[in-house]
Order: sequence, then C-alpha cells, then structure tokens
Amino acid sequence: MENISVFRGERLVLDRVGFTLGAGDALLLTGPNGAGKSTLLRVLAGLRKPEGGHVLWSGVDALADRSQHAGRVAYLGHQDALKLGLTLRENLTLAARASGGNPDSCMKSLNISGLADLPARMLSAGQKRRAALARVLLAQAPLWLLDEPSLGLDINTMGLLGTLFAAHRQAGGIVIATTHVPLPLPNARTLALPGLNESDIPQPMEDFPEDDLL
Amino acid sequence: MKFQIPSLIMAILERDLRLALRHGADTLGAVLFFILAGALFPLALGPSPELLRRMAPGIVWVCALLAALLPLDRLFGAELEDGSLDHLLMTGLPASLIALAKMMAHWLTTGLPLLLAAGPLAIMLGMPSGSMVVLLTGLFLGTLILSLIGGMAASVVLGARRGGVLLPLLVLPLTTPALIFGAAALDAAQTGLSWGPDLELLGAFLAAAIPLCPLAAGAGLRAAVE
Repeated sequence: MENISVFRGERLVLDRVGFTLGAGDALLLTGPNGAGKSTLLRVLAGLRKPEGGHVLWSGVDALADRSQHAGRVAYLGHQDALKLGLTLRENLTLAARASGGNPDSCMKSLNISGLADLPARMLSAGQKRRAALARVLLAQAPLWLLDEPSLGLDINTMGLLGTLFAAHRQAGGIVIATTHVPLPLPNARTLALPGLNESDIPQPMEDFPEDDLL
Repeated sequence: MKFQIPSLIMAILERDLRLALRHGADTLGAVLFFILAGALFPLALGPSPELLRRMAPGIVWVCALLAALLPLDRLFGAELEDGSLDHLLMTGLPASLIALAKMMAHWLTTGLPLLLAAGPLAIMLGMPSGSMVVLLTGLFLGTLILSLIGGMAASVVLGARRGGVLLPLLVLPLTTPALIFGAAALDAAQTGLSWGPDLELLGAFLAAAIPLCPLAAGAGLRAAVE
C-alpha cells in the first residue's frame, strides 16, 4: 500500500537518518535522552522541516503539501494537549470534525467512556494519556507517530494498547513510536539513534527541549 | 479530503468560545480594564463636563486599544504551551486559516464585549448621543483591525522569551492609523463636520488587514512549532 523512506541530515541532532517502512510495519525509535527521537517524529509529522533530506510517502515528497500530509498522520506528542477547562468529549470534538471519526467509539476502545463528560482537569495523568491516545485513534490515519505512548499507563491499558496496535497494523497501518520501555509491538524494527557525545553538542539553539525528560 | 474548511473553522471558534465561557474571569478582564481605565479619567481630569465631552473620543479609543492587548499574549501562547498548537496545525487546515479562526475568536471574546461596554462608557463621559453611531461603527471596524493585527503580532512573538513585552511594542505602532482615523471621525461628528471619510479610511485599513494579517500569522505559527 505505502512505502515511506525517510532520510534527513541535520547537523545538530539527526545526521542522515534513513529508513523505509511498508504497510503493517512498526518501528521503535530508541536512544538516549536528547538523541533526537522526538525531533524525528515532528519531522515525520510535518510539523518541522528537515534541514536536509526528504520524507517520502509512496515515492512522493510528503512535506510538499503539509495540509494533505496532516490527513495521513496521527500524532501523539509528549504533552497530552488537552484543554483542562473542557470535558473529554469536547476535547476530542475538533479531531472528530477533522477526520469524521466517532469520538464515542474511540473513547470506548480506551476504556474512558465513563469519563467523557468530566473536565480534563479532573483526570489523572494516565487517564489524560488515554484521552490523547483516543485522539490518535480518532484521526483514522494510516501513520501513527507516538512519542512515549506508554507514559503513565497502567498494565491493563498497556494490554489494550497492544490490541489497538495489532488491529491498526492488521489494517495496513504503520506505527512509529519512541520509547524507553518495551512496548507491545511484536516484530517491530528498532532504530537506535546514537545521540552525540556531550562534548560534541554545541549549545542547543531551540528554546524547547529536544527530547523529553523522564 | 475528508474535512471541510468552514466546519473546521467553526469547530475552532466553538472550542475557543466554550473555553472563554469556562474561564469567565479571564474573558471579563479586558472589559473590566476598559471600564475602570475609562472611569479613572474623570477622577484625574476633574469633573468638568465640557472637558470630558471634548476628550471622550480619545479616551474611549485609547482604552479600547489597550484593553484589547491584554488577552493577546495567551491567544496562541496557551496553545503552544500545552501542545494544542501541534494538533491544530495537524487538522489539515492551512496555518493562515487557523490564525484567522483564532483572530475571530479573539474578536468575539474581546472586541465584541468592548463594543458593548463602549456605549455606557461614552455616555458616562458625556458624549452626545448623536455621535454614538459614529463611535460604535468606528469601534466595530477598529476592534476587528485590532484582533487581526494583534493576532499577527502574537503569532510573530510566539516562542520568543520576552514575547509579552514585545507584543505592545509591535501592535501599538501598527494600530496607530486606526486610532487616528477612529478618533478623528468622532471628533468630526462632535464638531459637525463630515465623518464619512475617516470611517472609510478605517474600512480600507480593515480591508487590507483581512487578507494580509492571517497570512503573516500563519507563517508565524508554523515557525513557532519548528
């Protein structure tokens, strides 16, 4: 169905990283803090332009039309991006409108239907993470880009996540996830980003951290 | 394409209005500032009705301008901080239209309440009721301009360390023409001169800002998430 090959070169964080994935594949990005895992995900999501290299989708430059690329990608950042004043359902409304998906069934898949009408500020960290994952499901996109999806999840939800991953890959979807802990992704390939020696790193130029702090 | 642009813009507007209602105190802050600042002038200048009537156009306009600045800082700042901006940009909507939707939300939550509060404030300052139409028409155009230029400036300073300080420095010079035309129209109305040309110039300013500001703001948003 689709074939992504990515390679990009950036002097600071990522140096000519490249890989190709086919339908149903999964890729785990590993590496020390600051290795550029999150940055790579943001490039793949079309949020950030690579200084060199291309992101190809079925052989076509994906970042040439970022609005179109957005429809192919479901992105989960390390922030849950929930508005604390809105209820869970209201938080998902915009994503539902964008994809035409059904928020109720997505909340049900992640076992948070009972929380749908609670304001997000009353949820625990793990429940917020599940809500953010519900938004990934809601996007109905073939490519899932997940930045530490397991952050704050309990054992049961990890099992749930495994089922969702399997169903998504069965349908020909692709999962790319950064992680520091084992994820329920059988036969996933692993791309270990080397990271740079502390002494090689010039002072970071961005204001935001390149990677999450665990 | 699975999405429709108008329905997504409506969804962003709905979301922002709902947030504005839930955080009522933040929303009312700008209007309260407007009324309080306007109410301080009679105390400072003395209660001479003639003087206040003379100064009312300038007072109302300057206070409205400053009040509209207050919520600008959070307009995109809050979205960037909690990661929502990433998700807004990934709805598939062009960045400039996202910026336009947020500017419309700013007008609905700040400009419109200011417009409603301007009438009572003007009466309090003793402005003749004959010039009320000119005041409200001028402020209607003026607050729209403020939302557009303010939204553009807010997206440009997004992610900058001293963004909150930079914001007024960017917005105030750019909105000076609106202030001059708006206050001049009121002045003309009070002295019995023709106020049409001033309002037309205000309208022309708005017509230029409608396409240009969202475009610049969209580029600012894209740059902020990089």
